[in-house]
Amino acid sequence: MREIQSSQITEVIAELCQRVNYELPEDVVEALRRSREAATSQVARTVLDQLLENARLAREEHIPYCQDTGLAVVFVELGQDVHLVGGDIYAAIDAGVRRGYEEGYLRRSVVGDPLDRATNTGDNTPAIVHLRMVPGEEIKLHLAAKGGGSENMSALWMLTPADGAEGIIEAIVGRIQEAGGKPCPPLILGVGIGGNFEKAALLAKEALLRPLGQPNDDPQLAELEQRILEAVNATGVGPMGLGGGATALAVHLLSYPCHLASLPVALNVQCHAARHRSVTI
Amino acid sequence: MPSEARQIKLPLTADVIAQLRAGDSVGLSGAVYTARDAAHQRLISALEAGQQLPIDLDGSVIYYCGPTPAPPGRVIGAAGPTTSSRMDPFAPRLYAAGVQATIGKGQRALQVRQACREYGSLYLIAIGGAGALLSSFITQAEVVAYAELGPEAIRKLTVAEFPVLVGYDIHGGSIFPGDEDLD
Repeated sequence: MREIQSSQITEVIAELCQRVNYELPEDVVEALRRSREAATSQVARTVLDQLLENARLAREEHIPYCQDTGLAVVFVELGQDVHLVGGDIYAAIDAGVRRGYEEGYLRRSVVGDPLDRATNTGDNTPAIVHLRMVPGEEIKLHLAAKGGGSENMSALWMLTPADGAEGIIEAIVGRIQEAGGKPCPPLILGVGIGGNFEKAALLAKEALLRPLGQPNDDPQLAELEQRILEAVNATGVGPMGLGGGATALAVHLLSYPCHLASLPVALNVQCHAARHRSVTI
Repeated sequence: MPSEARQIKLPLTADVIAQLRAGDSVGLSGAVYTARDAAHQRLISALEAGQQLPIDLDGSVIYYCGPTPAPPGRVIGAAGPTTSSRMDPFAPRLYAAGVQATIGKGQRALQVRQACREYGSLYLIAIGGAGALLSSFITQAEVVAYAELGPEAIRKLTVAEFPVLVGYDIHGGSIFPGDEDLD
């Protein structure tokens, strides 16, 4: 049994909130560079040049690369041999978000009531926390500060088993076409297949945490990732919806066993501003 | 933006607006107002109730943007565009009230393209997710209305050579591949 103070969680989250907003992950920068080289129109090259310049400026000057600094989504893997002392884990995470967004001059993007929009919670809390218990005596915290514009273009379908892989591709391509430039392409697509209604959505979001472009371990799923990526890029939506280049940088898929009657499929759309990073305590 | 960006001083004139075509690269200098979801609801409510508005819409440019707070030594934080389509239900009404251009990102509803043509107004796009870069073209920022909305307050920004592309022009043209010209 290892004792960990909940204040350590607060400190880690506060720092992660700032770093994910100033430092676009290197794998994303690299993918944008490759995309720039492959672009076929002047406007696409211009857009991608601006995004690369933007990432450099943000990292050097410590300002957020996008004004939407996200809703704090935290995946926690809590070792079952950890004894957490000094307070509630959820309160510790929220305290970290509060401090990180305040100290980092980040935007508070949370309204207290989804229908009466008048009141901003003022500190970007509450975070959305997904807590999972795992063997061991460590805590892994993975922060994904998710932007609203791309989240809005996400979708979930309860397909039938007969729809199969073709049905999945068709649903995703249709959605990306309809979304056009709204979610800030080039995109990273998290896809959850199977489980049930809520599990598929969670898988889609978790899939986005993988290093960019690292294929699924299962060769069949890796092949489906590739097919979806090619189909999405064949739409011609392109950077900012202006054509001339990649619509998506990668497709990450996760699957899970499901009910005989079901084929749940979730798509979590991530813009190029992929704010995520993890720390293990 | 490509070097051939046409530099334009705000407010826009009807002549300049008429010359611009979808896809043109433009640098804007002058005053623009930020307004997004909540500010639009308030502006429209005030218009419908016949109340005095906190800003003069006639001849104005509206930027769909909710910036991050200004860190010490800067006039504003990151300040890129948000998705325009959420403001589609309000845009024709604001164009009718004299708004000359809106700035945002992404495709919009057909009625917005039609409104651009009907009222002689533009839809301009800025590069989404380039908030740090775009903030470097903003030289002044002050909250002028609805301060209680925080990031959604209306700010008056002074911009210098702020890079945009013409999304929809007043002749029915669109920058987005797949959009047919109107008529």
